[in-house]
Amino acid sequence: MKKSVILGALTVAGLSAGAAAAGTLDDVKARGKLNCGVTTGLVGFAAPDANGEWKGFDVAVCRAIAAAVLNDPTAVEFVPTTGKTRFTALASGEIDVLARNTTWTFSRDVDLKFTFVGVNYYDGQGFMVPKALGVSSAKDLDGATVCIQTGTTTELNLADFFRANNISYEPVPIETNAEAQQQYLAGACDVYTTDASGLAATRATFEAPGDHVLLPEIISKEPLGPLVRHGDDEWGDVVRWTLNALITAEELGVTSANVNEMAANTGNPEVARLLGTEGTLGDMLGLDAEWSKRAIAAGGNYGEVFAKNIGEETPIGLARGLNAQWTDGGLIYSPPFR
Amino acid sequence: MSDTHAQTVAFVRETEIPEAAPPYAATGPVKWMRENLFATPANALLTVVAAYAIYLILAPTLPWILNGVWTANSLAECREILQGATGACFAVLTERWPQLLFGFKYPSELYWRPSLAFVLLFVAVAPVLFFDLPRKLLIFTGLFPFIAYYLIWGGTIFVPILALVGCLGGYAVYQRFVTGSFAAGFFGGIAAALLIWYIGGLLIPDGASENAMLTPVPSRDLGGFMLNMMLGVTCVSLSIPIGIALALGRQSSMPLIKVVCVVFIEFIRGVPLITLLFVASVMLSYFFPPESTVDLFLRVVIMITMFSAAYIAEVIRGGLAALPKGQYEAADSLGLDYPQAMRLIILPQALKISIPGIVNVAVGLFKDTVLVSVISMFDLLGMIRGPILASTEWNGVYWELLGFASLLFFVVCYGISQYSQWLERRLATDHR
Amino acid sequence: MTTLTDPPRESFRLSMLINDTRYRSLTFQAIALLVLIIAFAYLTNNLLTNLAAAGLNIAYDFLGSPAGYDINQTLVEYDSQSTHARAAVVGILNTLLVAFLACITATVFGVIAGVLRLSNNWLVSKLMAFYVEIFRNIPVLIWIIIIFTIMTAVLPGPREFRGDNPTSTMLLDLFAFTNRGIYIPAPVWGPGSMVVVATFIASVIGVIAYRRYATNLLYATGRLLPMGWPSLAIFFVPTILMFYIMGRPIGLDVPELRGFNFQGGIKVGGPLIALWFALSVYTGAFIAENVRAGIQAVSKGQTEAASALGLRPGRVMNLVVLPQALRVIIPPLISQYLNITKNSSLAIAVGYADITATLGGITLNQTGRAIECVLLLMLFYLTISLSISAIMNVYNNSVKLKER
Repeated sequence: MKKSVILGALTVAGLSAGAAAAGTLDDVKARGKLNCGVTTGLVGFAAPDANGEWKGFDVAVCRAIAAAVLNDPTAVEFVPTTGKTRFTALASGEIDVLARNTTWTFSRDVDLKFTFVGVNYYDGQGFMVPKALGVSSAKDLDGATVCIQTGTTTELNLADFFRANNISYEPVPIETNAEAQQQYLAGACDVYTTDASGLAATRATFEAPGDHVLLPEIISKEPLGPLVRHGDDEWGDVVRWTLNALITAEELGVTSANVNEMAANTGNPEVARLLGTEGTLGDMLGLDAEWSKRAIAAGGNYGEVFAKNIGEETPIGLARGLNAQWTDGGLIYSPPFR
Repeated sequence: MSDTHAQTVAFVRETEIPEAAPPYAATGPVKWMRENLFATPANALLTVVAAYAIYLILAPTLPWILNGVWTANSLAECREILQGATGACFAVLTERWPQLLFGFKYPSELYWRPSLAFVLLFVAVAPVLFFDLPRKLLIFTGLFPFIAYYLIWGGTIFVPILALVGCLGGYAVYQRFVTGSFAAGFFGGIAAALLIWYIGGLLIPDGASENAMLTPVPSRDLGGFMLNMMLGVTCVSLSIPIGIALALGRQSSMPLIKVVCVVFIEFIRGVPLITLLFVASVMLSYFFPPESTVDLFLRVVIMITMFSAAYIAEVIRGGLAALPKGQYEAADSLGLDYPQAMRLIILPQALKISIPGIVNVAVGLFKDTVLVSVISMFDLLGMIRGPILASTEWNGVYWELLGFASLLFFVVCYGISQYSQWLERRLATDHR
Repeated sequence: MTTLTDPPRESFRLSMLINDTRYRSLTFQAIALLVLIIAFAYLTNNLLTNLAAAGLNIAYDFLGSPAGYDINQTLVEYDSQSTHARAAVVGILNTLLVAFLACITATVFGVIAGVLRLSNNWLVSKLMAFYVEIFRNIPVLIWIIIIFTIMTAVLPGPREFRGDNPTSTMLLDLFAFTNRGIYIPAPVWGPGSMVVVATFIASVIGVIAYRRYATNLLYATGRLLPMGWPSLAIFFVPTILMFYIMGRPIGLDVPELRGFNFQGGIKVGGPLIALWFALSVYTGAFIAENVRAGIQAVSKGQTEAASALGLRPGRVMNLVVLPQALRVIIPPLISQYLNITKNSSLAIAVGYADITATLGGITLNQTGRAIECVLLLMLFYLTISLSISAIMNVYNNSVKLKER
């Protein structure tokens, strides 16, 4: 019966310990754990596996940050958030960084007072239909019933698209991906729409993935990326440059396998600056010199993370597409480390 | 008359004829069926309709259950084994069994701890539920919260011990002063407990929980049916004292206190639990001091406790109102003051009347704990709707999982309601 | 008896605030008020500090901006350009709609199950006991999800109605049961249909007037007029006659499969049906228990006394048992209605656009105005609950046993 009293007392004790620290970076260091907000389960991006380990593309970003700041990629407390709770969780300080396939939009950045530190996945909203329906374009969907997973920008994009094309539809908003899938497979809706990556991940779990097609139209821009609270720029910088370090590492050919070797004997000054053997970039961030090395070693560079979690080798099977390095014609581009 | 009659009769039977068997249709199952199933044509029609309804329910479900697959690693494997035949894929239950019970984060080597706490729960609750058991067992009931806390959360043993010492200290102070004035005893007890906790909190060494005997488990890692049980048990037990206070407050003659209690109770009873959980998940953190974070479990416990306290207060108010006015007057005429009258005369009787109602609230509350799945907590339903159905292996196994969840809740709630009925019968005989 | 003397007029001393029961309650209330004020000040201060730290403010002007999302089932005109406030209104109406429908069907289910549970028929009473126990002991959220899943899995999708040899057909060519909802024909009001409607209303009034006249006649003279057939005749004949006289002005817009969906007719959406049905059967189980308790609460002597007076069984039920049972049944029944309204907030699990799903769901997600949305949400439910409680109090006072 007194459980919560004790919990409360503990919280008060924790409060007095943490009250002195000012910025999130110091908080995280003092706590020894990174609190990272993720989704409640989207295979490939963030989902607990059968052993309860969080796995996925967004999870890897959190682990890289923890490795950079705390020297331990496992020192992450994953806080599952829904579309409803994620912003409060971040604003109230329950989590330090939100890495939950969240679309970077004007109002979220400006009105809700968050800082998007970058983009780790360029997505767009797509449609999936059964092949048997014989639809080849989203513009043929007049009068269709559309299943939407709520809690994202999906509803708004959908409304805009159908209004712009002057065709009608019937939305069926569903809370979880699993339930939306079940509705779609039972034929309660003709179309399932969410981010194209999510559609691919969903289709991969079907009994007969070949019976369903993704329509060519991508109706929105969905730059997904981690975000932090407005106003704490030191912490924002740490998260931003950890993400950039992963991206730059891929560009420069630094992988989790060769990162130590590269750090020891590289002729390339860019690699040397990235890995902290040259210059004092780590100091400027308030971290040590080897921060980026650890971040890369934790889960690999951007390309490795992509391939391991959502790439073509995985059941989700996403091509790099827009998410290729800029050198390969994609949009993934990190500012220089200097 | 009888004499003449006797002479005219040639044969008089002197032994009794053995009872003839009743007609076939008036005995055994036939009679029972005629009386209970086919008494009137309308009744017969009802029977046929009911039998058909049962057939409709069982015809598809029975083969599905009997043909179930219990060992497989994914839905695809199940389908392979079944070869297109109807059959459930119960393999999901066996494979995800620990996740359904404990959530996906609770360390698997520590499952014995909540299991042990669960078993001890029965020992602790038994003396409260069954009055015939030795009263000494109540001591264990008092110790149980601390043991359960230690078992489930782990960490340093100092925390539960300190909490226990605080409670004992508070109780000692209360005992010391209560004879003088209830208020002095009550507030003195609370002050003493707080003082002990504060001083003790300073004494617990930093990092004590890292190298404790039982590995600490953060409350975010709790999940599955365990979470439902914990929320149910904690919130009900916390809300009973609060409910009593609210019920007394609502009956109070002091207008301010009465208004506060009425507003609180009516407000909480007027909104759905889900909005209160929204408050816990999206609003409550703004009301705590800046720089502090109170974990979601605690926030949810606060809101659910408030919720059930309001309902329990109404049940107890019913009990208070049902008590004959003479009891109040008798207490007054004995010269007892308000706390004494309440403690010694009114509450023991009122609570006894309210027990069935409180049990009903408890059952309802326990069922309502599944709502936490809506605010991203992984209780039993949350585990099913979230990680398990979203996983690549078990995508599409709805019936087995939902059926399992229903079964678990049914067993627990039906058990409690049977207990409540038993208790009602027992209390009813006591009053006659 | 002590001699009556005026108590000595003490002057007020400070210690009396604690020791004198006349003043002690004042002290307590003052302390309570102080604690309350401090607590509120503390919470408000925390809230303001936190909001300031996060750079947020509490403002309701987002309600006036376009919502941007569509809703599939609306009772009032709404499109994605309407405001958030209008979306909230749509949600409120949808909540009220499903609550109203569920209250009616739950009462029907509950009364049937409650009466049948007292039946002599063993099978039927056991079946009803099973129904009551299984629904009362499993959380309503699980029931809503199960029923929604059953609906989508068992009912055919519109595509199965398609083709030359469809696997599903429409009932009577009028109703289509699909897993997206049920399509029923909609009336088309042609010219002159108003006359038919007016006739219908007039005949309803006529039936009521006739019954009242018959009752009065019975009480005044003891003459019993036939009730059933004349009522039916007054109810149907004029309307049907007028329907044909006006040349059948009311037609039917029958739903038919066009494109992806059935078009025309009235669509009752799948989520609405699932939620409606789930709330009805769940609450029906509780109402069944109330009804059973109510009927059992009427002592057997009442029935026997009524029979002894020579009343027929139907009249015993109508005149003696029901009026007494209703007094016991109605208060818990109303609180069950309240529960239905509150439980309808679980619509969020099946995608029905009630107030929790619009204002507390999509609007909250899109605008991020969590505090404002949750406060408005609670305000709405509170208003509904308090109104229903008020109705209940009025009823309770009106049926209170009038002791003479």
